[in-house]
Amino acid sequence: MRLVDIAEADAHEETRRIMQICNACRYCEGFCAVFPAMERRRTFTEGDTAYLANLCHNCGACYHACQYAPPHEFGVNVPQTLSERRVETYADYAWPPVMSQAFQKNGFLTTLIVSLVLGLCVAGMLILISPHLFWGIHLGEGAFYTLVPHTVMAGIPLIISAFVLVSFVMGWRGYWHHTGAKWGGMASLLDAMSASASLRNLGGNNAGTNEGCPGPDDRPANARKYYHHLTFYGFMLCFASTSTGTIYHYLLGREAPYGYFSLPVLLGTVGGVILCIGTAGLWYEKQRMDERVKSLKTLGMDYAFIGILFAVSFTGLLLLGVRETSFMGLTLAIHLGFVYGFFLILPFSKFVHGIYRFAALLADANERKQS
Amino acid sequence: MYTENKTSFPDLSETAWDIIVIGAGNAGICAAITAAEAGCSVLVIEAAPKDMRGGNTRHTRNLRAMHDEPTDILTDAYSFEEYFDDLMRVTKGVTNKELAELTLRKSSELTGWLTDRGVRFQPALSGTLNLGRTNAFFLGGGRALLNSLCHHAEKIGIIISYQTPVTELIIEDGFCTAVKLENGQSVSAKNVITTAGGFEANLDWLAEGWGDSAKNFLVRGTPYNKGIILRSLLDGGAQSVGELDQCHAVAIDARAPKYDGGIASRIDGVPFSMVVNKHAERFYDEGEDFWPKRYAIWGRLVAGQPDQIAYSLLDSTGVDRFMPSVFTPIIDDTIEGLADRLGLDPVATRKAVDDFNAACPDGPIDQSILDNKATSGLSPEKTNWAAPIANPPFYGFPLRPGITFTYMGVEVNDRAQILMQDGKPMANLFASGEIMAGNILGQGYLAGIGMTIGAVFGLIAGAEAARTLNSTAQENKQ
Repeated sequence: MRLVDIAEADAHEETRRIMQICNACRYCEGFCAVFPAMERRRTFTEGDTAYLANLCHNCGACYHACQYAPPHEFGVNVPQTLSERRVETYADYAWPPVMSQAFQKNGFLTTLIVSLVLGLCVAGMLILISPHLFWGIHLGEGAFYTLVPHTVMAGIPLIISAFVLVSFVMGWRGYWHHTGAKWGGMASLLDAMSASASLRNLGGNNAGTNEGCPGPDDRPANARKYYHHLTFYGFMLCFASTSTGTIYHYLLGREAPYGYFSLPVLLGTVGGVILCIGTAGLWYEKQRMDERVKSLKTLGMDYAFIGILFAVSFTGLLLLGVRETSFMGLTLAIHLGFVYGFFLILPFSKFVHGIYRFAALLADANERKQS
Repeated sequence: MYTENKTSFPDLSETAWDIIVIGAGNAGICAAITAAEAGCSVLVIEAAPKDMRGGNTRHTRNLRAMHDEPTDILTDAYSFEEYFDDLMRVTKGVTNKELAELTLRKSSELTGWLTDRGVRFQPALSGTLNLGRTNAFFLGGGRALLNSLCHHAEKIGIIISYQTPVTELIIEDGFCTAVKLENGQSVSAKNVITTAGGFEANLDWLAEGWGDSAKNFLVRGTPYNKGIILRSLLDGGAQSVGELDQCHAVAIDARAPKYDGGIASRIDGVPFSMVVNKHAERFYDEGEDFWPKRYAIWGRLVAGQPDQIAYSLLDSTGVDRFMPSVFTPIIDDTIEGLADRLGLDPVATRKAVDDFNAACPDGPIDQSILDNKATSGLSPEKTNWAAPIANPPFYGFPLRPGITFTYMGVEVNDRAQILMQDGKPMANLFASGEIMAGNILGQGYLAGIGMTIGAVFGLIAGAEAARTLNSTAQENKQ
């Protein structure tokens, strides 16, 4: 007997149906934070399923271990169902609310927006900047700003960032209230930070032995976790690069481009290379992942975001490589196009998984302390 | 049964196998790995498709292991003597003591052996059933254990052929000359290890022991254990062990699937409820003892009621006292309404509940102890945790007997060789797992011992089957 007809159920209803089965079985409680969190509940509201969905790191260990996975008539597929519920929550908490729509066909939409911004950027610079400047060779401090004034180059992302920040805060608020999450103090904060920094929930074992989660041949593997580490830490290094660049500009009065061995360029180069490897690896791992664990509804969003992140870091490295040639102008235009586009889509892209995942880990840290 | 597009089989019959293992569960794969590690070529044939492989191993979660001191996966100690006493208590002595002692002693090697072959265990836990001292829990359960073992098996060159049901073993004078497959092929090997489970999914065979009531049983276990291999062995002259009607039967939710419902079909609310049959009459003491000690008799109790159905009735206080169930209880604001929804007579049910409530003692119950809060004046009495069913809404769970596995099997010796009716071992046939567990577990049940028997006799069968071949090879050389 089917408890609910899967085809007609929305992701919340399907999550609730599955969690009721899982909660009567509990064999998976050793894998990650999701199952102990489930065991602390008997019934599953929309807030509960939103919380559990965002706690899930989509590793697939529980699918491969599941005695109720298809073709069993219970049809339990936790990783896929929680993926679908997760993207529902991204839409639910999107701000401004009209942007909920953006999580339909997200891969197409984010790619379209970034392409448009890229086109605008390249076309705008081609039109506005005289060809001998655009295709000229510029060396030394301030070279970039002979093409685009610093106020414009930095001002655009500053304005976008303000909007992005407001959007993140509003999304967090929506999530926090809806799931009934509670602040557990500094200890919980540190625990959630450690869980994020180490991705211990991708270790495949709550005992912390860290053998990893099932790879394509359903053997424990850590590749996806390590690629995510490269992506995350590469991104942070690039962020640090931009921040130190800003300090150089305003406090030290030095203008980009900086020397190859200056701090901003070193951070950016290392970060960019790591980010390229990380995103390429995540793409590769996503492709190899067992079809049954992936959700077709989120694949577009996943690939688009990974691809855009790769393009941002790759064009950044490219710019470093050609900045003393006549291709600097074009490469700068392309890189800026990707960077601006990337910033613009942040609140409506896969990036938000980091926000809600962290919120879920924070709530989980508090729940574990209480229980 | 699960169907999948059948892939075309390579011709298995072209290879001269040293050993064929029938069944890719815990017992079978343990035997296959042991034999392959001793240098034998091994073919494992499995009736189910890969996703459903391994018989009842899919539904298991732990094995019971003797240990003298705490380990990283088992707390405290579980001595041979204590383990043996537990076994004697549940089987009431219906066991082969020599084989039981062998199993219990060898159980101490299992977690190490399995860990070395990629199986992961949970750290000692205090959770479900409080079995962290006696039982080692597989991380992710039996299917995860099987994924690890099968992966290891394939890595060391064992061929596992899925969706390959066997129709018959050809046995001549205790020697298996061929294994007939459903696809028309016939395979043979020097030694054959049978680990194909019992016959719980064969309702006709169950009916031989249980009569017509068997048609109302639900099978919690795998739908693939139809007893084909067991029947073949018995027809081929093997000595049977265990009673035809002995099986692990628990009361499960009547809405569970006909087959393969597994652990989640379990109902834990009986001790906090009143249980009636289809005539709204109580028939057994719901509060006789803690549920982990009683759940395994309730299948048999429900099987003895008219139409093999019963109903567990609770109120809103009682329903929060146990683990949530996979099926949402049937709910109504009145007893009459609940009875109507369950298909019980409302007037008779009202009277039964009123009588029960009137017989309940005052004061709250304490579910953490045997609290002696007993009814007075009922037949039968409820001897613990008796509380009136008074706070609406009211909840009902329909119950049916759920068969997990059967006990009747083939008799074996301490080398896992199958014995003939004259007591002599069969020439090239070995057994492990559910198909021979009845040698040790003649009746009753001890959580996790099925997996222990399967693994221990898997190791023995694999080693013995390999040893006889190697010694033959030695003799031929000399």
